[in-house]
Order: sequence, then structure tokens, then C-alpha cells
Amino acid sequence: MSEATATPERVVPVRHWGRLAAGVLAALALAALLWFFATNDNIRWSAVGRYLFGPTVLEGVWVTLQLTVLSMVIGVVLGVVLAVMRQSKNGVLRWVAGLYVWFFRGTPVLVQIVFWFNIALFVPTITIGGFSVSTNTIVTSFGAALLALALNEAAYMAEIIRAGITSIDRGQAEAASALGYTPLQTMTHIVLPQALRVIVPPTGNETINMLKTTSLVSVVAAQDLLTRVQEISARNYLVIELLIVASIWYIALTTVASVGQYYLERRLSRGYARGRKRLTAGDLLRGLLPIRTTERRPS
Amino acid sequence: MTEAVIARDVRKAYGSTEVLKGIDFSAAAGEVTCIIGPSGGGKSTFLRCINHLERIDSGTLQVGDELVGYERRRGVLHELRERQIAARRAKIGMVFQSFNLFPHMTALRNVMDAPVRVLGLSKVEARDRALTLLARVGLAGKEGNYPQQLSGGQQQRVAIARALAMRPELMLFDEPTSALDPELVGEVLEVMKDLASEGMTMIVVTHEMGFARTVADQVVFMADGVVQEHGSPADFFTAPRTDRARDFLGKTISH
Repeated sequence: MSEATATPERVVPVRHWGRLAAGVLAALALAALLWFFATNDNIRWSAVGRYLFGPTVLEGVWVTLQLTVLSMVIGVVLGVVLAVMRQSKNGVLRWVAGLYVWFFRGTPVLVQIVFWFNIALFVPTITIGGFSVSTNTIVTSFGAALLALALNEAAYMAEIIRAGITSIDRGQAEAASALGYTPLQTMTHIVLPQALRVIVPPTGNETINMLKTTSLVSVVAAQDLLTRVQEISARNYLVIELLIVASIWYIALTTVASVGQYYLERRLSRGYARGRKRLTAGDLLRGLLPIRTTERRPS
Repeated sequence: MTEAVIARDVRKAYGSTEVLKGIDFSAAAGEVTCIIGPSGGGKSTFLRCINHLERIDSGTLQVGDELVGYERRRGVLHELRERQIAARRAKIGMVFQSFNLFPHMTALRNVMDAPVRVLGLSKVEARDRALTLLARVGLAGKEGNYPQQLSGGQQQRVAIARALAMRPELMLFDEPTSALDPELVGEVLEVMKDLASEGMTMIVVTHEMGFARTVADQVVFMADGVVQEHGSPADFFTAPRTDRARDFLGKTISH
């Protein structure tokens, strides 16, 4: 052994010519595409710049953000309730939760949006304790959109949360029981905090999806980003330019959400990741771009 | 001599597989009882019945003067509510084969969390108690470590400290050294020996014959779902009365 390490031999690594050629081709294709867009006379880039921060567009962005956050919050809360119901010892609760998930995952969200928008057709008034209101004053287009997105999201979140709960080793709940924790304490202090590690990454993906799914509510003119840019382009016919404006906003929002997701995941891995505590520029870049390199660990 | 645990004809089946086929057992307060025997003989299942992690099908099981999982009111057995079961479990410490420390908490939080949440101790008091116990199991300075950053032996010692923090009347050990690397077994057994010498009532399911021989006050040999024989370690290890025990000892000692 000591003889081999005394004079290190030169090693020629394998040259991957195929990889190199494919890389060059991909770079050329990307450059051509960018050139095509940048120099296309049919796209008025000045209009893109003018509308990007226009008041109507910003209002649309704000509504999109509200829809995303509110429907995710309602979806998560309802999802926890449904997930716990599905674990219940009570068969009726289990069955009702199962039915809910089955129904909302089985129907398209677009159909649900249109359905809630038209709910007044068969429930014209809502009466609570002798107090009557017209359904249309409560279920506005925004209300219908929120209702549809939130209820639909709850079904998906229920499955994500249930998977998180069942991923925790049974020994954890047993150890907590043996110490005298009540079932509720065991769930809230031992099982759920650990399940969060499993629940958060797909929930982040759901949030990013939700940012984009909100555009569907433009079919009921819910004043979200897509509704507003379509209003503008209906007047000035700058269809592509305004779609570019909307796309820039959507991609900016999803990028910010990805960074947030990355930091949240890091924070939750406390007690699991060994070593490496300080944040590096590389970490930041990895958080910013949707590139997740597989971590190489010396075995 | 008062009995800490008494079992009479305890039976338990999973589906059609009978695991406990009428266990008669008693463990004296202040003594160490080691339950030994071949795997699948019902040792762990019986231990888990003592703090109601498993429910018995028939027979009676008593810890102190209370029935496990039930309450007798005017001659009728009433099943206990979850909250009442939890309150009784708090008085019984349990140490698991796979440690089952809470991975999202530091060693200190692992030890002080239950006293705060279950016993209602103040954080300051629970922290003091936890620090004392961690020092006692030889882990002073490791308070801030997460379980993953500790060796198996250290994790199991934290688990013992966690159970002791509840000031239990009885400690149950379910094969506490079976998941450990051989060189780490000793440090855990040392802590258990200390505990025994202080008069803690302990019931230990173990394959460590040396520990049973030197520390136990009573050895219970369990196989095929029943207690085959029990007695002092001196009698049991030198002159087992049943063929089943002779066969078992022959196999374990020849290695």
C-alpha cells in the first residue's frame, strides 16, 4: 500500500464525446429560440414593458395571490381534518372522508369552478336561523373560485397528510403512549411534527401548482391575473404580449415560492441532516433554480 | 413482600394465533425480574400488556393494586378511558429495543417533554430533573445532541433517562440491548445495574444471560406462551427443572 501512494500515477478520465455534442446542440437550440423571440417583429416588447407593472395587471396579481394563499390555507386545514377522520376508529367518519376524497379527486377542478359559480341556479337563497340571503351575494365569482379551489385542494392535501402520518414509525406513538401522552398529545406533539418533514415538500409543490391552477378561474371572470390580462387584450388585441406579461408574473411567483419551500425544508430537517449547518451561495442557487442535484455523501 | 405486578391466566391471541396461553406471573416490588426464553415465546407481548400497549383477551393483570386497563366498580369491570389509561401509563416507565427516541427533539427535550406535558412540571423544574438524569446515565454534555448524532448505546441511555424522568414506580425493559453493537451493550447494562441497586422495581425481557444471572432477583422462563418455570437465578441456571429450560440453556451457553 505505501509503495502505491508514494508516486501517484497519472489517470486519464473517460472522455464523453456524446455528452459534449448533445450539450452543444441543446445550447444552440436554446440560443436560436431566444433569438427568434427577441427579434420577432410581431411581438411588441415595449408593450410588455408598459403593461408588466400596470395597475390592472398588479390588481390581477394581487387577486391571484389571495386565491392561492386562501385556498391553500383552507385546503390544508380541511386536509388535516379529513386525514385524521380517515385514521379514525369511527367507521362512519372514515367512510365520509373517503367519499369526499374520491369525489373531489374524481371530478375536474374546472368543472367544480363552473359548478360553484352556478350554484344559485338550484340554491337561490341561503337561510340560516330564519335569516335569508341571496346565494349570489355570498358566492361571487371570487367566492365560487375560492370555494372550488379550496375544497378540491383539501382532497389532495388529505392524501398527502395521511401519507405523512402513516410514514412515522409506530414505535414513536408507542413511546409517547408509554410516557402517558394522551392520543391527542401524541398526534400533535410527536407524530405531526415528524410527519411535517414528509408533508411539506409535496405541499410546496401543491402551492406552486395552485399559483398556476388559479388561472382556471378566469372562466368565471374572477378578476385574477389571467382574467385581467385577457380584459386588456380584448380591447387592444395585444394577445401574445399580454400573455407574456402574465407568464412573467407566474414564473416570478413560482420561483419565489420555490425558494421559500427550499428554506422551509432545510429548517425541518433539523435533527436529521448530519453536519453542514451554514448556508452557502451554492445552497441559495439550488433553492432559486428548480435544480436538485443528488447529494453525494462519502459512504 | 408486596407484589408490583400480578398476572393470573393471562391470554392473548392475534387472530387465530394464541401468543399468551395463560400466563401466571408475579414480580415483587423493589426487585429485578428477568424474563428469558426463546423468541416468539410471548415475552415481549406479555411485557407490553403490563402497560396496556397490548390488550389482554382474558385473565387478570394487576399493577400495584390497580387492574390494567379496567376498573372494578360495584363488582363490574369497566373499561378505562384513554385519558385514564394514559395517567396509569405515566407511572410505568418503558424502554424499547429500538429506543424510540423522538428524533425531532434534542436529548434534553426528549427527557423533559413528558414531565412538562404529562405531569405538568414547570420547564425549569423539568430541565433540572432532565440534566441530573442525563448526568446520571453518563451523558452530561450531550444535552443538545439530536438522537441521530448519538450512538446506539447513548440513545438507549437517553431513553432510560426519559423513562426515569417520570419518576415511575415500575420500569419495563423490552430487550434493551438487542439492537446494540456488542461493544455498546455494557454501558447500557451498567446503567440498569445502578438502577437495580437503588431498589427500582424492574421487569427485564433480555437475552443477556450474564445480566440475568448476576442482577436478577427472580428469573422467569417463558416459552410457547406460558411460564415454564421461575425461581432464583442460582437455582434456575444451575438446576433448571424443565426439559424446555435445559434445552434452551444448553443452546445459549454452548455459543
